[in-house]
Amino acid sequence: MSVNNKVLGLIFASMHDANLLDLTKHGTMGSVPIGGRYRLVDFPLSNMVNSGITDVGVITKANYISLLDHLGAGREWDLTRKHGGLHLLPPYISGSNGGIYEGRLDALNNISAYLEKSSAKYIVCANCDVMSTIDYRPIITKHIDSEADITLIYGKGEYDFEKNKDEKYGTTILSVVNDDEFESAMLKPPFKGPSNIWLESFIISRDKLEEIVSLACSLGKHSFTKFVLQEHKEEYKIKCYKVEDEFKRIGGFTEYWEANRMLLDSEKRQSFFRKKMPIFTKVGDSAPVKYGIGTVIKNSLIADGCIIEGNVENSIIFRGVKVGKDAVVKDCILLEGTTIGEKAYISGIVTDINGEIKENRRLDGELDKPLLINN
Amino acid sequence: MNTKKKVVAMLLAGGQGSRLYALTKNVAKPAVPYGGKYRLIDFPLSNCTNSGIDTVGVLTQYQPLVLNEYIGNGQPWDLDRLNGGVHVLPPYETSKGGAWYEGTANAIYQNIRFIERYDPEFVVVLGGDHIYKMDYSKMINFHTQNDADCTISVINVPLAEASRFGIMVCDEEHRVKEFVEKPANPTSTLASMGIYVFNWQKLKKYLIQNEEEANIKRDKGEKWSKDFGKDIITSMLKDGQRLFAYEFEGYWMDVGTLDSLWEANMDLIRPDAKFDLTSKEMKIYSRNNNMPPQYIGSDAMVQDSMISEGSVIDGNVDFSVIFQGVTVEKGANIKYSIIMPGAVIKSGASVEYSIVGSDTVIESGAKIGKSPENVNPGEEWGIAVVGHNITISENTVINPKDIVDESK
Repeated sequence: MSVNNKVLGLIFASMHDANLLDLTKHGTMGSVPIGGRYRLVDFPLSNMVNSGITDVGVITKANYISLLDHLGAGREWDLTRKHGGLHLLPPYISGSNGGIYEGRLDALNNISAYLEKSSAKYIVCANCDVMSTIDYRPIITKHIDSEADITLIYGKGEYDFEKNKDEKYGTTILSVVNDDEFESAMLKPPFKGPSNIWLESFIISRDKLEEIVSLACSLGKHSFTKFVLQEHKEEYKIKCYKVEDEFKRIGGFTEYWEANRMLLDSEKRQSFFRKKMPIFTKVGDSAPVKYGIGTVIKNSLIADGCIIEGNVENSIIFRGVKVGKDAVVKDCILLEGTTIGEKAYISGIVTDINGEIKENRRLDGELDKPLLINN
Repeated sequence: MNTKKKVVAMLLAGGQGSRLYALTKNVAKPAVPYGGKYRLIDFPLSNCTNSGIDTVGVLTQYQPLVLNEYIGNGQPWDLDRLNGGVHVLPPYETSKGGAWYEGTANAIYQNIRFIERYDPEFVVVLGGDHIYKMDYSKMINFHTQNDADCTISVINVPLAEASRFGIMVCDEEHRVKEFVEKPANPTSTLASMGIYVFNWQKLKKYLIQNEEEANIKRDKGEKWSKDFGKDIITSMLKDGQRLFAYEFEGYWMDVGTLDSLWEANMDLIRPDAKFDLTSKEMKIYSRNNNMPPQYIGSDAMVQDSMISEGSVIDGNVDFSVIFQGVTVEKGANIKYSIIMPGAVIKSGASVEYSIVGSDTVIESGAKIGKSPENVNPGEEWGIAVVGHNITISENTVINPKDIVDESK
């Protein structure tokens, strides 16, 4: 089966921006920096490309300038194509729609002209708030073989309502029978324990998608979870697919912190960054990292373009960061272009893009309550 | 018909680099890795882009596979253009038969038709084995200001080293009076950097003339050559053409030997680093490998080094240059060395004053090279070199100055 002609990828770049307000105020969920050199959109986009999907639409909402800058014409993802390729789909206002969408369904309604032009039979939908490296190919095959309308992708993981309750949007927990029979979906249920966590991605047959979208929008419904997975679940053939891959849903700042720190674990890191499924990203053309004399570096992920003259421990250091002489950086996430002055001491800190900590300053956050330093 | 271009650059990338031996067995010299994430050819290609030159012919001949793949469509250097861009130019056959490139001048001669398609005023001739950042447009300005026929970029070298280079003797106006290849008793310290700007029509005339003369000599069984320095420059000087020397101030390194390749890498990490790749000015571009950031583990000791993305370091790295995707296991020791892309240094191995080639595996307990202070009396010292894609088995000792190009 040639996947290429039949499958269209759709990425929701702005879904759930409100969960990470501090980090999305200048951009979208998709353009939130992660893992030293990536943006969250790189994961679903690379997954699609690595799964042979060469026709991908990225649905944006507001503040998408940084996302546009990051994606460009899609060259780094090999999506600059005559046929298919990358399409950025910003919202627009016309007589029949309200412009800025609220949920997945009206977002899809917004791009109906784009969908009509596509010859795809199946559509893979993914959000940007889940970090995962997934091969969609076996899932697409299973979807086709099972003649399902919708196949929901989920993974086993620890769920904790306490962590989740302040979130504007919440985790969706699936009740699944025999690993693939969908029973029900619960949004932000009040319990704690190992659960089937929906990875906010699914495969849907294209004619079914068009049917659902036009029905939902005529009724003024926007939420895929509520409308399809709860209210009308009996009307569609919904299947589930369990992935064994590592994943991390980023529902808030704490989970953003945890997602980055997960990458310090060698086994987990290897699950996210596999030789055969590379995560593509915009190329920065930075020089390799330069370490000065007497630096002590432990358990850290450091991107190219950094100049490190101080000490770094248990940290994620993005591109182009400068750490001055005798400075100490412990349990920190330093976003792109951050400068740490000489003899500064920081721990439990997340800095903003181009952040600056002046020399001799001391700043302490806590491991379970890291501090975000906004510019 | 192509759009007219003011300048076309021709990059001589066919050299075998026989003195780099173990590192150029299967790759052309310009594809040799340098500086943690670059290859030698990144320097002239990036310089072209940074100088506003968008049409570059790359003349390849020796082991072109890796080099061709690396250059690709030229996108990393912004040289994927509708008009111009980078073109790989291997030797080809014609109805009259074909020929390998028989020298640097002949390589350009065989591609006269490529250059003519752009009808340029100037042709810049470049080598593929030098490390430097240079704005060629300044040199072209100097060339036009002097109303020159040919301008040769030169650098001031210590008198003691002058006999290793092609030396220019100039007058006060920078006009070249004499050119001597590797003089025994140099009378000037201005060494040719192998970078030339020519008025295209003039160069074309001399290329054709040299070709004809050399072929006549060959037919007669006499000594002949088709070389830039030796033939073209010498003939132009003899005819009283206007040749000028453009003095370049800045870092320039000829990496023709294994020792100079090692030195040029070390120049990046010396405390008084002579060459800066981190500055945003005249950025050097390279093809990207899509690797995650480097990971430095809890047991690692890393200082005074340059390390690139995709590497996983759990051992000790001191004063070294580590390329992309290198693995240094816990308890491995690397000092004053260059570890090329994808190499694996296993636990307990030691690498000192050495170059380890791409994808090579150094097994546990192997000892590669030695610090000069640990050399026994009477033992010879120098940089040890292990070639690309081989395995050095457990506890094997590779002595200083040894060059290994097969698994051991």
